[in-house]
Amino acid sequence: MAQTVISTKCSALVIGGSAGSLDVLLEIFPNLNENLKFPIIIVVHRKASNESLLTDLLKHRTPLKVSEADEKVLLKNGQVYIAPADYHLLVEEDRSLSLDYSEKINYSRPSIDVTFQSAAEVFKEGLVCVLLSGSNADGVEGLKAVNKFGGTAVIQDPTTAMMPYMPQQADLNVKPLLVMHSFEMAEYINKLNN
Amino acid sequence: MVSDVIDNEQIEILLNDVLEVHGYDFLEYSHASIKRRITRLYALDSFVSFAEFRYTVRTDKQYFKRFLEEITVNVTEMFRDPSFYRALRNEVLPVLGTYPFIRIWVAGCSTGEEAYSLAIVLKELNLLSKSLIYATDINPSVLDKAKKGMFPLTYLKQYSENYFLAGGTKEFSSYYTANYSLAKFDESLNSKMIFSTHNLVSDHSFNEFQLILCRNVLIYFDKDLQHKVFNLFDSSIEKLGYIALGSKESLEFWPKAKQYKRIKLEKIWRKL
Ligand SMILES: C[S@@+](CC[C@H](N)C(=O)[O-])C[C@H]1O[C@@H](n2cnc3c(N)ncnc32)[C@H](O)[C@@H]1O
Repeated sequence: MAQTVISTKCSALVIGGSAGSLDVLLEIFPNLNENLKFPIIIVVHRKASNESLLTDLLKHRTPLKVSEADEKVLLKNGQVYIAPADYHLLVEEDRSLSLDYSEKINYSRPSIDVTFQSAAEVFKEGLVCVLLSGSNADGVEGLKAVNKFGGTAVIQDPTTAMMPYMPQQADLNVKPLLVMHSFEMAEYINKLNN
Repeated sequence: MVSDVIDNEQIEILLNDVLEVHGYDFLEYSHASIKRRITRLYALDSFVSFAEFRYTVRTDKQYFKRFLEEITVNVTEMFRDPSFYRALRNEVLPVLGTYPFIRIWVAGCSTGEEAYSLAIVLKELNLLSKSLIYATDINPSVLDKAKKGMFPLTYLKQYSENYFLAGGTKEFSSYYTANYSLAKFDESLNSKMIFSTHNLVSDHSFNEFQLILCRNVLIYFDKDLQHKVFNLFDSSIEKLGYIALGSKESLEFWPKAKQYKRIKLEKIWRKL
């Protein structure tokens, strides 16, 4: 059972996922509160050809404002930013976003590690990162960085993941870690608002 | 990869060194991505201390070459974003085709895939003979590769799919000959290209063009630097000429953007 007591205020939430994570996102987003006081960034592996599909799917299922991340925009609280297909997404010191077309990491662009790591340095203890279902190990190094800078690392309970490998790898290699069922996540995120 | 082996202050020191000793100015690059490149290189080359890394970058000319290669992101592909090339083929180049001569600048051309793609489209529109493509980059080693016009055969399947989606009408394989692991592109294509180093941060305008392509370069620059580069392009583009950017880049917040009109869905603007 997840521990939902948190000491510091959440200043940003980043969710990363790969194969099997879309269903989880579609389960979480309809249940989120409209007035979340932090930005949400989503990094999901997908084909470049499915460019706007994810954005469109989420848009219609949440009260929050959802858009694909544009470079140089300043993060706004209560908004959802989706890493564009085929670019890495990084967070700058001034809370703006930047894009990067460098080599794939873990065969992936966008890479979850890249976004988790850069967000970890910027938001430090205010950051919460959630790693969902997936069949590679992207995100694991990122969660380590999150812990190192004092943020909170969360994974989807591997036994509930369609593709357990990704959260499993995190479970093995990252400590401390909150483990959560997908159905607990929306409530957890809403509570981060306090 | 550990992400804080080099801290922000050290990045600043290193970039100041690079400017002072080698004359390359990376101070206005987007911080998070340049930091990631530098940290990655530091880990890749197994440096044991920042002091050693700094010393090597300052004093070892050969190593600095590597530094430059690794710091600038050179990933590219042929006919990247096919719909972009379709718009060039159908809407932009036919207009420029009415001119007696077409000068095109591909800024940040990397290993040249973009310039060769463009040359193929020009050839199919029967415009290549009266065109000249200036392909420039900050990094001399990618230009050496670009001049050769040889690309790994393993990418060609993807490239020919892109070519087809971009509205290509021929057999893509008619543009190259395969030898061993490389595809060598037809020399008629690069006979109309001029390769040269050009640094968008510090070098000036060097000609007037009807079309400038600068794709996936400006994402690495901070906003002020982007605006400086837009001004450079503005002074290098003829009236009614076109500027093309990468699919996630935009002129939008640049003060002079009002003097440009965007072409439908693509990141192409025409100077009014
Ligand atoms: C990601 S590649 C883009 C290649 C190609 N335009 C494309 O879209 O596929 C970025 C290129 O910009 C070049 N570049 C980086 N900084 C530059 C500068 N200050 N002046 C000129 N070129 C630069 C890099 O060397 C690299 O080759």
